[in-house]
Amino acid sequence: MSTPNSFKTGPDERGLFGIFGGRFVAETLMPLILDLEREWGAAKPDPAFWEEFNMLARDYVGRPSPLYLAERLTEELGGAKIYFKRDELNHTGAHKINNCLGQILLARRMGKTRIIAETGAGQHGVATATVCALFGLPCTVYMGATDVERQAPNVFRMRLLGAEIVPVTSGSGTLKDAMNEALRDWVTNVEDTFYIIGTAAGPHPYPAMVRDFQSVIGTEAKEQIMEREGRLPDSLVACIGGGSNALGLFHPFLDDTDVRIIGVEAGGLGLDGEDHAASLTGGLPGVLHGNRTYLLQDPDGQIIEGHSISAGLDYPGIGPEHSWLRDIGRVEYVYAKDDEALEAFQLCCRTEGIIPALEPAHALAHVAKIAPELPKDHIMIMNMCGRGDKDIFTVAKHLGFDMSDVMGETTQ
Amino acid sequence: MTTRIDNKFAQLKTEGRAAFVSYIMSGDPDMDTSLAILKGLPSAGADIIELGMCFTDPMADGVAIQLAAQRALKSGQTLPKTLEMVQEFRKDDADTPLILMGYYNPIYIFGVDRFLAAAKAAGVDGLIVVDLPPEEDDELCIPANKVGMNFIRLATPTTDEARLPAVLSNTSGFVYYVSITGITGAASANQKNVEDAVARLKRFTDLPIAVGFGINTPEQVRDIGSVADASVVGSAIVRQIENNLDEAGRPKPGLVDAVLNFTKTLSQGVR
Ligand SMILES: Cc1ncc(COP(=O)(O)O)c(C=O)c1O
Repeated sequence: MSTPNSFKTGPDERGLFGIFGGRFVAETLMPLILDLEREWGAAKPDPAFWEEFNMLARDYVGRPSPLYLAERLTEELGGAKIYFKRDELNHTGAHKINNCLGQILLARRMGKTRIIAETGAGQHGVATATVCALFGLPCTVYMGATDVERQAPNVFRMRLLGAEIVPVTSGSGTLKDAMNEALRDWVTNVEDTFYIIGTAAGPHPYPAMVRDFQSVIGTEAKEQIMEREGRLPDSLVACIGGGSNALGLFHPFLDDTDVRIIGVEAGGLGLDGEDHAASLTGGLPGVLHGNRTYLLQDPDGQIIEGHSISAGLDYPGIGPEHSWLRDIGRVEYVYAKDDEALEAFQLCCRTEGIIPALEPAHALAHVAKIAPELPKDHIMIMNMCGRGDKDIFTVAKHLGFDMSDVMGETTQ
Repeated sequence: MTTRIDNKFAQLKTEGRAAFVSYIMSGDPDMDTSLAILKGLPSAGADIIELGMCFTDPMADGVAIQLAAQRALKSGQTLPKTLEMVQEFRKDDADTPLILMGYYNPIYIFGVDRFLAAAKAAGVDGLIVVDLPPEEDDELCIPANKVGMNFIRLATPTTDEARLPAVLSNTSGFVYYVSITGITGAASANQKNVEDAVARLKRFTDLPIAVGFGINTPEQVRDIGSVADASVVGSAIVRQIENNLDEAGRPKPGLVDAVLNFTKTLSQGVR
């Protein structure tokens, strides 16, 4: 494959990154998708649009998020100098709000009066419910019934914020099924409804649009590291569910080809079985949810449910731009398993006083693997894209900690 | 190139009636039962058959067809098995047009050229692939046209006049008008809206217009058949299968007859 002059020009006018992406949707949705593409095309170069976005990003979300040198972690690992891009400090506790803010401003611009979203871990659902409360728009969130159970605190948060939560029992009752159900809602309520997709996937223009909203992460990180170190980092590391926090960090650096870029998928129980969510390492190109991308699937083209300890990573697909970046070799994709993420989760709590979400704990697990072998002047930025409050019950369960026995007298 | 579909509509025109199109999911609730239903459909009044190809993520389908797909998958249905079923069906029926309906991924994974050759050999006449709008015609539509397979397009209430020429290009056999904005098996079609929509489509194409989504009763079959060239029923038939399963999901005795009798009642709507 030949190397393009720039890695940042995609997608083309058909929404393609190489062979990936596109608009594989039912005819009912096609006019809406084209409408959205037109509106986004008009908003993107409009300074007034970004003025409002930037104002809210600053005053409501709390941007820019700090770039923090994790000194004790760096010392503990004994190699590369590790920085965290602290998007876990955003309002609502994850990077998801960056995208929701952008999309709701677009929804308002288009005169839409009802918002729908899908959610896995509940972080995107919370972020969507939050911006809906901010603008006084009714919000319906589709969430797999399995996820409703394992992410109860976020379900309650969304309800407090005024959203209606619809538990999805079809299929296997997780993120992909929630996305199917949101698409069914959208097909039914085409006139007034805007669908805020939570990751850099779905039909064109969503993957590019979500990336553009999340790119605030990488744009800030680049400025901050230049200020701090006077040079670009040597490597970037981020976790990958659908791929939005990772693309947000990576995209502004794609043409800085000396920067090594690593995406970390969820390896679940390992790649020998089916219990993982590593679409790029363990999947094949296919078509789902409006785009062609790497998917976990069986030989008949049926989609296989992803598994991860982290509800935000168990999507069986991945944003199409990542599929392209993988095939073209610009980004390396690796995976971290459940137990490695749990280990990293605790390491971060202990050494940095930061309780990370289980999603970035996967990125951290990989950092912990490679940092010790790297020289001390190697600068690495990891996207700390979410905080772990939502995950403490899951982690407690895996560590065999009895929550009703908080002093831990009977365990450990 | 005239196809079984063209011949069928020409024949019905001389009879002066609309076509009745019935949909079932292949492999629902299992391959043998499904094949028995399929074979009985023409005598139950189905002028054209749509055979669903199961997919784990049927994003344009309502609960009835979602469950049908899950039953089929559970019984081990695959795309090759669906093609086998068509081949069996063709052994005693050389005339009834048969259309495969589903989603793109299983076809993509099977391989487009390999699929078209196998489908053609098995006796498939047309394809309806929900997630392939005209924007993605290079994927399957153009290759299908090249081998003389009808690629049937969906037009919907959101397809405006600016879009219609694109939607009607590269299509043949008939045009499938989706009578509601929504998924299969949900709302009921509104007669007046359908009438207007069919009239509008007729200004843009000479192809027959079939109308589906939200048609559940013989009366609706009749009413839609009075303004369109075909009435399509899917979810209502599939629900009859669901209603005739035992607790373990196995077909109760009499399931095939129950489904075919129900289909026969529906088909009276166009007769
Ligand atoms: C904190 C956090 N990180 C990452 C993800 C995965 O999504 P993405 O890959 O789009 O960043 C999620 C999804 O819910 C999340 O909540």
